[in-house]
Amino acid sequence: MAERAGRLPVKKTYKLYIGGAFPRSESGRTYEAEGQNVARASRKDVRDAVRAARAAQPKWAGMTAYNRGQVLYRVAEMLEARTGEFAELIGDEAEVHAAVDRFVWYAGWADKLAQVLGSANPVAGPYFNFTVPEPTGVVGVLVPEEPPLLGLVSRLAPVLVGGNGAVVVASESRPLAAIELAEVLATSDVPGGIANLLTGFRSELAPVLAAHMDVNALDVTGADGDVPELERLAADNVKRIVRGSADAQSPWEIAGFLELKTVWHPMGV
Amino acid sequence: MAELEQRGDRTPIPAAWEYASAPESREIVKLEERYGLFIGGEFVEPRSGEHYKTLDPSSEEPLAEIPQAGPEDVALAVGTARKAFSDGWSAASPAERAKYLFRIARILQERSREFAVLESLNGGKPIRESRDVDVPLAAAHFFYYAGWADKLEYAFPHRRQQPLGVAGQIIPWNFPLLMLAWKIAPALAAGNTVVLKPAETTPLSALLFCDVLRQAELPPGVVNIVTGDGATGAALVKSEVDKIAFTGSTEVGKAIQRELAGTGKKLTLELGGKAANIIFDDCALDQAVEGIVNGIYFNQGHVCCAGSRLLVQESIYEPLLEKLKRRLTTLRVGDPLDKNTDVGAINSRQQLDKIEELVAAGEEEGAEIYQPPCRLPEKGYWFAPTVFTNVAQSYRIAQEEIFGPVLSVLTFRTPDEAVEKANNTPYGLSAGVWTEKGSRILWMAQRLEAGVIWANTYNRFDPASPFGGYKESGFGREGGLHGLEPYLDFREDSADVIGG
Repeated sequence: MAERAGRLPVKKTYKLYIGGAFPRSESGRTYEAEGQNVARASRKDVRDAVRAARAAQPKWAGMTAYNRGQVLYRVAEMLEARTGEFAELIGDEAEVHAAVDRFVWYAGWADKLAQVLGSANPVAGPYFNFTVPEPTGVVGVLVPEEPPLLGLVSRLAPVLVGGNGAVVVASESRPLAAIELAEVLATSDVPGGIANLLTGFRSELAPVLAAHMDVNALDVTGADGDVPELERLAADNVKRIVRGSADAQSPWEIAGFLELKTVWHPMGV
Repeated sequence: MAELEQRGDRTPIPAAWEYASAPESREIVKLEERYGLFIGGEFVEPRSGEHYKTLDPSSEEPLAEIPQAGPEDVALAVGTARKAFSDGWSAASPAERAKYLFRIARILQERSREFAVLESLNGGKPIRESRDVDVPLAAAHFFYYAGWADKLEYAFPHRRQQPLGVAGQIIPWNFPLLMLAWKIAPALAAGNTVVLKPAETTPLSALLFCDVLRQAELPPGVVNIVTGDGATGAALVKSEVDKIAFTGSTEVGKAIQRELAGTGKKLTLELGGKAANIIFDDCALDQAVEGIVNGIYFNQGHVCCAGSRLLVQESIYEPLLEKLKRRLTTLRVGDPLDKNTDVGAINSRQQLDKIEELVAAGEEEGAEIYQPPCRLPEKGYWFAPTVFTNVAQSYRIAQEEIFGPVLSVLTFRTPDEAVEKANNTPYGLSAGVWTEKGSRILWMAQRLEAGVIWANTYNRFDPASPFGGYKESGFGREGGLHGLEPYLDFREDSADVIGG
C-alpha cells in the first residue's frame, strides 16, 4: 500500500431522500454524475416517495402558517451555514447566496398568501362568503438541469410554502446539490416525507410521476422534449400542470400549487 | 309520518294537496323554424349543410332546426373571432368594453321573461327556477364582470397582463344561459373574443342571446356561437384558439386535457362532482331538510355540485329520513312552465337512460329505494325524486355522478368519519355541512376537499363568489376576481416585474 501524507478522507455515499430517510435506490442501481456514483431511483422509489409525501402532507398543511414560515426560514439558516460546502460543490458561491435568499423570501410568504390570494366576496344575499387558498396536496417537481442549486430551490420552495408535499426529480447531470440540500432539509424541522428528492434518469422517472394517480400537480418547468407526453399522462387524474420559471420568485409561482376554497354561511339572527 | 301528523301541536296535513295549474304563457317566445350559426355578427348557413332538431324535453315536441357545425364552420368562427380580436377589440378602451357588458346585462334584465320561458321550454327546468335563478344570475354575471373590464390592473397588481386572444368555450345543458354568462362575461371583460359552443340539446337561449348582442351593438365577431354535438366541441378544442374553457363531464374534461397536452394553451375545466351533504345531529333539522331537497332536487339534480351523497349522523338518521320522505311527497313534478312545479323534465332521452341505468344498479347492489307517489306525464322524459338508503360507499350510486334527482344516503358517527367518507371520491367540487356549532363548521370546512363549501345552506351561486373544483372536478375558478385569471396572459411575468 502506498504511503500517504495525510489521512484518507471518508467519501460520502450519495443516496435518495424519501420519507425523511436516506435510502439507496431499492433497485440497487447507481449512475455516475459529477464524478460520483449517484443513486438511480426506480419506479418503486417514485411510488414510495409519493406515499411518504401523502402521509406527511396533512400535518404540514395543518401547521400554522407562521410555523411553516419559521421552518422554511430554518432551511435558509442551515443552508447559509453550509455555504462553503455548497459553493465548492457547484462552483458558484453567488448561486448559494441566491438560494439562501430565495428560501428567506418564500419563508415570509407563508402567512401572507391568504391575504394576497384570498378574498371576502360581497355576494348579493345574506351570506358571509370568503375564499382561502389551500395546498393542492402532493406535487411532482421536475427541476431544471441548471442552475443545480438555485433551479431546485426556486421550484421547491414555492411548493413547500403553500403546505404541499413534494416529490422532486433532481437535475440528472448535476444531482449532487439536491442530495446536499436533502441533508439541509433533514436538519431543518421540515417533517420527513414533505420534501422527497430523487436522483436518476429523468426519462425513466418523469412519466411515472406524471401518471401517478395520487399526485395532484406536476411542475414541468424542468422537463424538456417530453412535455406533451407528460401532460397527456397527467390528464388521467386531472393533474394541475405548472409551467413556472427556473429562476424567479413570485407569489404567483406559489399560486400554481394552491387550490381556492370558497365557504358560504348565512347571516341572520 | 302518521305519528307526526297526529301530534296535537301540528296542523294535520291533508291527504292530498290539489293545485290549480298556473302555466306561464309561451307566447312571449318567438322561435325560428331553422337557425344558422352566429358568426361575424350574423346568422350564416352551416358549411356542413347539416341540421338537427332540438326538442322540448317535457313533451318531445320539436322546437327548431339547429345547425350541426363541422370543422370548417368552427374554423371560420375562430378565424372571425381572431380578426375581431386584432381588428380592434383587443385595442378597444377597457371602459368601452365595460359599457358593452353593462348593456348586455341590462338587456338580459329587460328581456328576462322571454329568456326564462325559452330556457324552461328547451331545457325542461321549472319556470320558477329559470325566472328566479338562471336569468337574473346570468344578467348579474355580465354586470359584475362589466365593472372589472377597466380595473384589471387592480385585480392583479404588479403583473403584466394582456388578453389571451380567442377563447373557445364549451358549455353544458343544465344551465344553458347561466353557463354562457359564466363563460362570456369574464372573457370579454379581459379583452378576449369568443367562440362558444352551447350544449347539443339546449342551444336556443344562446341563439336568442345573439339578438341581445345585436341590440347591444357589440362589434361583429367578438362573440360567435357554433351549435352542434360533441364532434363540434372536439373541433373547437383542436382549432386555433388560445384557450379552452370547458364545463361538463370529467371523462370529456380528461380527453380535452390530453388533446391540449404540450400545446401551452390555457385550459380551465369545471367537471363532475359527487358532493357530500353532511348533517350533524345538532343541526336545525327542518332547515337541513330544505337544504337537502334544494341540494339534490334543484334543477332535477342536473347540477355538477348537487348534494348527491347525504351523510347523516347516526343519532338523527330516523327522524331525518322521516322528515325528508314527508317533504318529498310535497314536491310537484311536472310541466316546467307551470309556476307550481318544483321538479321539471329530465333534459334528454340519453340522460334519462343514464339515470335509469344507475338507479337499476343501485337496486341491484342492494340499496333500498324510496320514491314519493307522483304521477309522471306520459310524454317527455321524467324521473321521480328518489332516495336510496342502505347505501355502501362502494356502490356505484355512491361513487358515480348520476346527474339526476337521486340521493344516496350514508351514515357516520364522528366528525372524522364524516370527513373521511366525504373525501372518499375522486371528485372535489362542493360539500355541505349542517350544524349549529360554528367551530365545527370551520373545522369541517378546512378538511373537506372541495372548492365550494356551503355551511347551513346549499346550491348558492353569485358572480362575486369563485366556483370550481379540487381533484378530478377540474381546475380554474369561475366567478369573482379569481374568475378573471383564466382569461389573462401573464407570460411576460418575471422577477423584475413583480419586484422580487
